[in-house]
Amino acid sequence: MPRPKRGSIVTAMIEPYYPHRHLLGIQGLGPLEITSLLDLADGYVDQNRSVDKRKNLLRGRTVINLFFENSTRTRTSFELAGKRLGADVINMQASISSVQKGETLIDTAMTLNAMHLDVLVVRHPDSGAVKLLSEKVNCSVINAGDGSHEHPTQALLDALTIRRRKGQLAGLTVAICGDVLHSRVARSNIYLLLTMGARVRLIGPRTLIPTQIDRMGVEVFHDMRTGLKDVDVVMMLRVQNERMRGNFIPSIREYFHFFGLDYQKLSLAKPDAVIMHPGPMNRGVEIDTDVADDVGRSLIREQVEMGVAVRMACLDLLTRTLPQTWEGRAA
Amino acid sequence: MSVRGAEGQLALINARLLDPASGLDVMGGLIVDGEVIASVGPHIVKSRVPDGMPVLDCQGLCLAPGLVDMRVQIREPGEEHKETLRSAGESAVAGGITAMVCLPNTDPVIDDVATVEFVARRARLNGLAKIYPYAAATKNLEGKELSEMGMLAEAGALGFTDGTQAIRNAMVMRRALSYAATFGAMIIQHPEEPSLAEGGAMNSGELSTRMGLSGIPVAAETIMLERDVRLTELTGGRYHAAHVSTAEGLDVIRKAKAKGLNVTCDTAPPYFALNELAVVDYRTFAKLSPPLRSEADRLAVIEALADGTIDAIASDHAPQDQDSKRLPFAQAEPGGVGLETLLPVTLELYHRGHLGLLSALSLLTDKPAALLGLNAGRLKAGNAADLILFDPERGWKVEPEKFRSKSKNSPFDGHLVQGLVERTFIDGRVVFSRHA
Repeated sequence: MPRPKRGSIVTAMIEPYYPHRHLLGIQGLGPLEITSLLDLADGYVDQNRSVDKRKNLLRGRTVINLFFENSTRTRTSFELAGKRLGADVINMQASISSVQKGETLIDTAMTLNAMHLDVLVVRHPDSGAVKLLSEKVNCSVINAGDGSHEHPTQALLDALTIRRRKGQLAGLTVAICGDVLHSRVARSNIYLLLTMGARVRLIGPRTLIPTQIDRMGVEVFHDMRTGLKDVDVVMMLRVQNERMRGNFIPSIREYFHFFGLDYQKLSLAKPDAVIMHPGPMNRGVEIDTDVADDVGRSLIREQVEMGVAVRMACLDLLTRTLPQTWEGRAA
Repeated sequence: MSVRGAEGQLALINARLLDPASGLDVMGGLIVDGEVIASVGPHIVKSRVPDGMPVLDCQGLCLAPGLVDMRVQIREPGEEHKETLRSAGESAVAGGITAMVCLPNTDPVIDDVATVEFVARRARLNGLAKIYPYAAATKNLEGKELSEMGMLAEAGALGFTDGTQAIRNAMVMRRALSYAATFGAMIIQHPEEPSLAEGGAMNSGELSTRMGLSGIPVAAETIMLERDVRLTELTGGRYHAAHVSTAEGLDVIRKAKAKGLNVTCDTAPPYFALNELAVVDYRTFAKLSPPLRSEADRLAVIEALADGTIDAIASDHAPQDQDSKRLPFAQAEPGGVGLETLLPVTLELYHRGHLGLLSALSLLTDKPAALLGLNAGRLKAGNAADLILFDPERGWKVEPEKFRSKSKNSPFDGHLVQGLVERTFIDGRVVFSRHA
């Protein structure tokens, strides 16, 4: 497919801009930081498509993936990103570590500090837990998802995917559909898309749309037929069965009938509208299999590819701001 | 400390006497005889103190009744690493509190006569702030069977409550209100509908949505208050709602009072001094129960304090150790220590012009004492000499590590406040002196 030209004068002229030690969320980042990360990631896409995918930028650096929640794709994506940049990457699954034995998050931080790592990638089931950890460790921290709060690298990879297909984010209308209430992906995407000048619509049953979310600057719909009208991008969210406390929806059948994405509902969007999903998909729950596999419309495969590139860009940028020696690094 | 003469008399002179109950605000003095106040008034000046009686020159400081705090969690028995009767007593007198009422949510629960007597005896031996218990309204705080309210009241329980839990079942609440009224005792409720609050960590709204935390809607408070007011009407009981935090909840109380029901309520300093923004950045020290609410609710609490809808201010002291607070927000225990910030944060209402000095003090002294049926909170001849000397203007910074409380979880950490207790007397004895 032809790649649209990027025309940002700002990004062409300046060095990547990211004056932060951590990446805890999209909230608080401006267009410059986001564009820097996306531009850098764009370069890594090309590298990942070549035969020699390795670079020694992070040689000697240690990256730990600390996952308090099961995840295969995000963890693998970070692992690949770290390895392709030449870092030593270690995966710690919390279910097999001492966390299960009652070790607190703070104890974990103290242990990690003694290991002299450079970047810590954390996923945790509680909102705010990654920030808490970041206050106690002496390395850079990347939030790989905390509770229902944020999942910044997912929003970045979504943005990169859209930008490569549509040329830019500004002016697009993006519909985020489904379980917004429990979704950190939705929150990070809302912050990012609004910051970059896109319009955001949320579509879902009232029980899955969090209270007062319209105050974040989005439009809320409860009917796919009106919500999807003339949108450029349809982002489906995973129905998070494991997060449902009680009855948010009466049945899968009913949910799919009203909020599952099929060709009929998709026909209301713009003819060139694209479909995205952060994965893993529940086929037949929030998305029809035929739609998910439609190579012309579905960007789900590209999202996974962009994931590695975006995470390489994050590791690259964060380690640039890390001091080169251990002197003077305090928790 | 032995400034007292052989006869056990002491003259406090050159003080600004503040007695909210009688409206007294005048320069003068007070004579302590043994454990009680012998006389008080502008006529007590240095030249008229009998020869030989020891004199304490108060140098113009305010002399007021000791504070009566009607809602305190003390973790003894059961969680002495968080707070003991002694550490709570020390913290209380440093904050100017001379009498406090503890919740029954200890381990074991205060639901039998022996535990009531244990608390009373231990507190008496410490000789610090007087501690009175509320006893459990239901056995073991399970919300099912009523406790032995009559015998517990006889043993000294000042009221009945299930502590930090609401009495959930409407029939149990109906019977508790009804049965307690037999003995003229009040039921103190944590007004929060548990099924709506379940899993909630903060106020429900834009902020909880942004932070990705489960919210507790205002309706959780309103619904429980509405229900309880109806049950009070049904039973003719005596109902007190603790720490009311919302504008709508206060409207329910306001209407119940207008109807002539025996309904009262209190609030705690965080609910008129802070709003939900205090939890930004997942600050667990500001995680309270009920949660901090919106700015509009905070302003409504101030208004209700001024118009008399709220009958008292209590510290809602809830000690938690580091292991209970240094956790992801949703997992952290709620509550904040408050004994040493009760007076200065309440005085903010005075310094900002919302309340007069006497009105602010009244919410901490004679009004809670009257609700509890205690003969305290007044500068009155014949009453126990439970007194404080304080400087209402003196500014200081809240540094929880300096608190006498064993726990340091203050939502006011780092705040600048005005009003400092210099001395505290209990039964005529100096139990706290800042410059000792």
